[in-house]
Amino acid sequence: MFVAWRDMRFATGRFVLIGAVVALITLLVGFLSGLTAGLANQNISAITGLGASSIVLAAPADGEQATFADSAIDADAATTWAAVPGVDGVQELGISQTRMTTDDARTSVALFGISGDAVPGRAAEVPADGTASLSRTAAEALHVSRGDTVSIGGSELAVGSVVDDQWYSHTPVVWTSLSEWRSIQAAQGSPGDGATALAITGNPSADAVTGAEQATGTVSKDVLSSLLAIGSFRSEIGSLLLMVAMLFGISALVIGAFFTVWTMQRAGDVAILKALGATTRRLSLDALGQALVLLVLGVGLGIGITAALGSAAGTALPFVLSPLTTLVPGVIMIALGLIGAAFALRSILSADPLTALGGNR
Amino acid sequence: MISLTDVTLTFPDGDHRVTAVDHATLTVPAGTVTALTGPSGSGKSSVLAVAAGLIRPDSGLVEVAGVDVTSLDRRAATDFRRTRLGIVFQQANLLPSLTALEQLCVLGTLGGRASRADRTRTRERAAMLLAAVGLADQAGKRPHQLSGGQRQRVNIARALMNEPDALVVDEPTSALDHERGSAIIELILELTATSGAATLLVTHDRSHLDRVDQVLVMEDGRLSAAADALALRS
Repeated sequence: MFVAWRDMRFATGRFVLIGAVVALITLLVGFLSGLTAGLANQNISAITGLGASSIVLAAPADGEQATFADSAIDADAATTWAAVPGVDGVQELGISQTRMTTDDARTSVALFGISGDAVPGRAAEVPADGTASLSRTAAEALHVSRGDTVSIGGSELAVGSVVDDQWYSHTPVVWTSLSEWRSIQAAQGSPGDGATALAITGNPSADAVTGAEQATGTVSKDVLSSLLAIGSFRSEIGSLLLMVAMLFGISALVIGAFFTVWTMQRAGDVAILKALGATTRRLSLDALGQALVLLVLGVGLGIGITAALGSAAGTALPFVLSPLTTLVPGVIMIALGLIGAAFALRSILSADPLTALGGNR
Repeated sequence: MISLTDVTLTFPDGDHRVTAVDHATLTVPAGTVTALTGPSGSGKSSVLAVAAGLIRPDSGLVEVAGVDVTSLDRRAATDFRRTRLGIVFQQANLLPSLTALEQLCVLGTLGGRASRADRTRTRERAAMLLAAVGLADQAGKRPHQLSGGQRQRVNIARALMNEPDALVVDEPTSALDHERGSAIIELILELTATSGAATLLVTHDRSHLDRVDQVLVMEDGRLSAAADALALRS
């Protein structure tokens, strides 16, 4: 990279400009990735945090998709699934979206009623009847803490604990016992003797699963697939991921366009170097090395700014700052940028050393 | 030695072909300077391009330092130019981002990664050559900081960097005044004598012809009767 390094030092302004563009695009991609993850988290974290192997929902009508909103599973179905070979545990899960109030505040919550002795994946006890575990966001919205009283649909519950945020369909989750959930549902006029879904742990065979599905009128999905049964998640995630993908494509085009123009401007120099005996391979590696340095510096700066802004955002934005939302997009940006720069190599490959001679015809 | 034997080169021009070099034969002995002169468009630079292995002729044999240049594939021709041949361009063609010293040192990197010892040797030879062309104190200057004559001296020093067996020099004085041009020609003569390279010098400036060893005249692609420089001087 003898010439490449010196080119960058000589044309500092030009490279700072494209580096800034790379950093800005990385910032955009990183922020959108973090926001996408944050919005997704606000849709699904309560489900993914169950620690289940699969989720069982009521089978939809022909041609429709299973949804949490339309799912109702009776206790017999839970018993049938618990008897399936390979199933280690079944927890009934009642889910409803409702409003929780105190004397001076109200907030929307997702009420999760769960059976068993523990909340799967949370190493916490299922709240006793008459009590609730509130996600921190819900507790702050209601200005309550442990020992205070909250109301749902006329039913009063004592705040047994305030736990880390879990989310469902953009609302903070409040955990209660399944029986308490059923009581609340019955008080609000809904059938109160079943559940919304089953959280299954274990690894039953496909045949056993099919048999249980047919016997109970349910469908079983792995946890990731079950997320598409959350309406808000299904409608958001496709659009957000499409935006991220398009940004990746745009970044490759922008970086490729810069290096194409830059390489075309250097076509004369490339021809001279070829006339002097530079191999095409050496020139190509030089150019790609230059692109790599630029990309690493620009992407690194973009990730740094993303991390700083993400940290500063705190709870003001649903933003997830993690290697998945910073380093992974950064690596993808570098890879796509190199692909874009590789297209610019056509100018190097086609540069004719004969043009280095003046008046060669 | 540079040797062209019955070389013909044509270029496409619309529906037909134009003959740039028409059955040319010439020999440039090692350690001598042969000037190739003639009007613009006569094919002088085409002869240079063929001798440098930059273009393969339609027919004929081109030998440089004992190597049949016409039989080399593109990669081999590139390696040949890097290791056995020096080219002095008409326009200096210095890379804008490199200093005078780096213009020479870059030749040590064109074939691949060099060892530290190689890089040291390259740097030392580059410094020596810059001193030989009178530019030792300009080593750190970039092309835009050098005069036209100084840029051409760097061009010449670069051509000698890899101790070539042959030099092809393309109108080195075309952008210079007579005094500087004369100094450049003198430098080429001196370096040819000391390096032992066979030098083919293309020039349209006849004022320098009395100092070279051999003069060839080209017109419409044909090498016409050569004039012996010794005879001219006497």
